[in-house]
Amino acid sequence: MAEIAIKGVAKRFGGFTALHQVDLTIADQEFMVLLGASGCGKTTLLRIVAGLERPSQGEVWIGGRRVDHLPPRERGIAMVFQNYAVFPHLSVFENIAFGLRMKKLPQQEVERRVNRTAELMHIEQLLKRYSGQLSGGQRQRVAVARALAMEPDVILMDEPLSNLDALLRLEMRAELKGVLAASKTTTIYVTHDQVEAMSLADRIAVMHQGRIVQSASPVEVYRNPAARFVGSFIGNPPMNFIPATKAENGSWTVAGLTLSGPKSDKPRIEFAIRPEDVDAGGEGLRATVRVIEPLGPHTLVTCDVEGGLFRAILDSNASVQVGDDLRLAPKPDRIRWFDPETTNAL
Amino acid sequence: MSVATETPVAGIADAHKAGDWLLIATAVLLCVWVLLPIYLLIVNALSSPDQVTAFPKRFFPSFDLGSLSFFINFAGVARALWNSVIVATLTMILAIGFGAPAGYALSRFDFPGKGTFRFLVLMTRAFPLPLLALPLAVMFIRTGLDDTAIGLALVHTTLALPFAVLITFSLFSCIPVELEEAAWTLGCTRWQAFRKVILPLALPGIAASAVFAFTISWNEVFAAAVLTIENRTLTAFLLQSLGESPLYLKFAGGAALVVPALIFIFAVRKYLFAMWGIANR
Repeated sequence: MAEIAIKGVAKRFGGFTALHQVDLTIADQEFMVLLGASGCGKTTLLRIVAGLERPSQGEVWIGGRRVDHLPPRERGIAMVFQNYAVFPHLSVFENIAFGLRMKKLPQQEVERRVNRTAELMHIEQLLKRYSGQLSGGQRQRVAVARALAMEPDVILMDEPLSNLDALLRLEMRAELKGVLAASKTTTIYVTHDQVEAMSLADRIAVMHQGRIVQSASPVEVYRNPAARFVGSFIGNPPMNFIPATKAENGSWTVAGLTLSGPKSDKPRIEFAIRPEDVDAGGEGLRATVRVIEPLGPHTLVTCDVEGGLFRAILDSNASVQVGDDLRLAPKPDRIRWFDPETTNAL
Repeated sequence: MSVATETPVAGIADAHKAGDWLLIATAVLLCVWVLLPIYLLIVNALSSPDQVTAFPKRFFPSFDLGSLSFFINFAGVARALWNSVIVATLTMILAIGFGAPAGYALSRFDFPGKGTFRFLVLMTRAFPLPLLALPLAVMFIRTGLDDTAIGLALVHTTLALPFAVLITFSLFSCIPVELEEAAWTLGCTRWQAFRKVILPLALPGIAASAVFAFTISWNEVFAAAVLTIENRTLTAFLLQSLGESPLYLKFAGGAALVVPALIFIFAVRKYLFAMWGIANR
């Protein structure tokens, strides 16, 4: 059992605040992804959990034990680094065995575990080689095997796939998911790649400027962004936002369309919709087509709505021309509203 | 039309050619500047006394070992050689013992005054030794360190330390900090991670830096001449006794000093380049 609890953790580097009062609980065996743009504090948070960085305030608990004063080696964690950190002076076998030897396990047990994890990561034929003789993907496998061999309660991964080329990344992503699910460890995985986050996570914590903006399942984060930032960061292309003005009896006017929306005493709020959640024709938002990009399964249409950019994903059969005036009807159950001042969902 | 387009191209090609020639000429000049004295030294050291004073010079030495063997058997040379080795070895141990931890600290930790410290390390090289020699000699006599190997080694350590710090600093900086962090997460204390991961990777470079410190001490003559009387090092001994010796013996003594130093420096050259921030892989 290794539940991780982060309680009120803050980190300041001189005058710069990298993390503001972060609270996060990760359940036993959960796969938690920290997602955010570079500089949002996600790596700092991971390093605080690992013990490579000390929090300026707050507590870190792993498996019911307070660990923020402990060095990394006493936390029951294993970590995979972005640049793999495979020891160049040791063979692959000795790399994987490194942590086991530190634990002073008997030779027989070391060999058993190294062979088992090497087999799991498909590197059993590389055990005698050195880091310099391996490709990036193979080094990545060694780094993961080295972490798994420790049989840790918690595995921490810092952008482990970001140095691999696109095809290899896809392959490793699926493999990692399988291996980690089978190993039954609690995982914290840091990435800036939303596709990686969506595909791997049980739960995603979206971070922005040193705060966790939302932590929820991938579908929830996608469908119901808690803040404007989440909607604009996740999704490719991201969510569309259009200003809405107050109309009669609690409804709102959005680009020539009147919709019933949330109660608010503000005169203007923001209407939001995902590009795939609009249909061409009927009662809809007034849009002028600017660019048409046929992508095969569907067509990406960039329009002008209320003087702002609006992206819509339409059926590839839709016959639209640049300069056309379109009516884009939003699916009622997919409409979201945001407060333009707090940027939170309404 | 064609003339108008060709002329500037030809002009640029000419300029390139001239630049190439200038580069080659400079390189040749510098090589001659460095290599010619060494060549003459070795040719003369390996020639018989008659040939040294003869003219014209022979292009190849006659490999007459007479003056070298006379020099080696000269009274006091063996003892001076032994002193040189002891002082240089002590210097090497002290310079690495103090320099490597300083280099590690510079590469791994941010502390106030880090930039100033690095600058000061270099600044110590700006102190002229003759200026320090007299007060040092007085102080050494008072403390009883004069005319001892350890006393001279301390002075040589001061000279070698800046280089030891800078070389090991660049060495440790080339080793990614993630390797150390990985070792910590795999169960190492800070010291274990250093011993099991950083040290094996840095060892060749540290050895090179040690050899360099050895060479600095080996070549140093001023402090050695001022601070030792009975226990002269080879350089100080030669300065004293070869001034009055015949030319062929001077050559033999010079070669005995220069050749070991050259071999040492040649062996560690790639790490000395690393000192100036050029990658050492």
